[in-house]
Amino acid sequence: MRPMLNIALPKGRLGEKVYAMFEEAGFGCPSIKENNRKLIFENEENGVRYFWVKPSDVAIYVERGAADIGVAGKDILLEYQPDVYELMDLHIGKCRMAVAAKADFRDDRRRTLRVATKFTHIARNYYASIGRDIDIIHLNGSIEIAPILGLSDVIVDIVETGTTLKENNLTVRETIVPISARLIANKAGFKFKTQQIETLLSRMEAKTHD
Amino acid sequence: MNINDRVLRQEERAIFSLRSLYGRYGYALYKMSKFEEYEFYIRNKDFLLSDAIITFNDPGGKLLALKPDVTLSIIRQTGDLPGRVHKVYYNENVYRVSKGTGSYKEIMQVGLECIGDIDRYHTCEVLMLAAESLRTIAPEGVLDVSHQGVITALLEASGVSAEAQQALLTYMGEKNAHEAARLCAEEGVAPALAEALNTLITTYGAPQTVLPVLRKALAGLVDDAPLNELAQVMEAFAGTPLEGMLRLDFSVTGNRKYYNGLVFKGFVPGIPESVLSGGRYDPLLRGMGRTAGALGFAVYLDRLEMLDATAEPYDVDTVLLYDDSTSPAALCKAVQTLAADGTTVVARRHKPEKMTYRRLLTIREGEVTADETDA
Repeated sequence: MRPMLNIALPKGRLGEKVYAMFEEAGFGCPSIKENNRKLIFENEENGVRYFWVKPSDVAIYVERGAADIGVAGKDILLEYQPDVYELMDLHIGKCRMAVAAKADFRDDRRRTLRVATKFTHIARNYYASIGRDIDIIHLNGSIEIAPILGLSDVIVDIVETGTTLKENNLTVRETIVPISARLIANKAGFKFKTQQIETLLSRMEAKTHD
Repeated sequence: MNINDRVLRQEERAIFSLRSLYGRYGYALYKMSKFEEYEFYIRNKDFLLSDAIITFNDPGGKLLALKPDVTLSIIRQTGDLPGRVHKVYYNENVYRVSKGTGSYKEIMQVGLECIGDIDRYHTCEVLMLAAESLRTIAPEGVLDVSHQGVITALLEASGVSAEAQQALLTYMGEKNAHEAARLCAEEGVAPALAEALNTLITTYGAPQTVLPVLRKALAGLVDDAPLNELAQVMEAFAGTPLEGMLRLDFSVTGNRKYYNGLVFKGFVPGIPESVLSGGRYDPLLRGMGRTAGALGFAVYLDRLEMLDATAEPYDVDTVLLYDDSTSPAALCKAVQTLAADGTTVVARRHKPEKMTYRRLLTIREGEVTADETDA
């Protein structure tokens, strides 16, 4: 009996899109479409087991081997730097990690720049690369209000359409890195389920290049 | 001494087997102090997996460190003599920061080092012992082998900045062909070199399949000496039971400052990370003003405990309930008799609530019977 391929999917719209890609590649699991609260779904015929997990946890499930493969945003991979293989850019869930500030903001290099963000590692690396002295303010949500309330000078956050920024009178100052969903694999799992993962990859690559 | 194998944990079984294996190939056990001068590690901190080191002052005021690594200490104790090869193995605890908890952890390691006037035979021997070590832990293990010389040569040939080379090295370790291609395009790397890099990232598997592909992809771009060495070493495994365990995989990379030859990592089913890691590290010795060659590997025994997870379905085989009707002497005798077949026995006055057991027995007036309340 071939081993099951364990796949961690990010809950939400992105995960549903990703599942559709897997299904099209021949790794479908019809029970996943049933309307219930289950989080784990299996299809022995196709040799797959899917889990719905919080998007920011996908990389943890994969790194720790609970899932052989998974789909995580590049933002999560850059922030947490899990020890995993990044096998494919799925070219979906596209957005960018950017620096934003109030429209009238002017960077005074004589002062320490106060940066509010959920992505402290990415922000620290970015400003280190340009030699800017910063103070990081770690927030877990509603980052956009930090410059408005004077909590920070700028924010580092994900920008998709820019609508939220615009509504809060903020503008993008710099793009740090483009973001999209990536197919990742556990390093040991890859060794022992190589054929299944390669089959999935080649079929998905064919689809993304169609 | 008669040792019941059942009571040994995976890592303990591995220690016995590996020590015996390394001894058979002429490696001598190397015993060392638990601590060294802090300055020694700081001089070579990039070689360590983490620069977080536990330090303390000795009574003389000297700053010491609990050993975060064994290889450095061994190198320090060996000298360079023409024709001489030091072959040692160790079984030591090291102290490092755990990635998961961010706190210090005591980690037990077994490994070996081969330092001195080493030649191709020694490379084959060390790789063979690495593969045998993996086979001892799990016969289905996989040993991924690559060559730092190939990687370094290709990165240098790309002509990009040191920073971009480091990024490319990271992408190789991630099998991240798309980011490597993007960076090559951004940095204006020649198409042939970018293509060769892509081949190095995306080609892996059995040596006989991968080597011809790599030779073709790298022809004329980099010196073929590293690939020739790889081919010669792989040839030593042809037809042996270890041949199927070896795969060429260039996602195994090392720090270029320390590694220059073969580098390898071992994986076994059921453990989500590598359990063995090693390679040839001549540049580390050069940095210490030494002329010898060196290679070795370590087995991370702490990671093997994951293999024990489903080993024992019960805490104990037999629980024997007793009361005052049985004398202590008769009870001792009964316990000894029950444990004689190598199973585990616990004598209790009351039925244990938080212990799982295979069977429940009762002893009354010296007579052992099945407990009627055992569901």
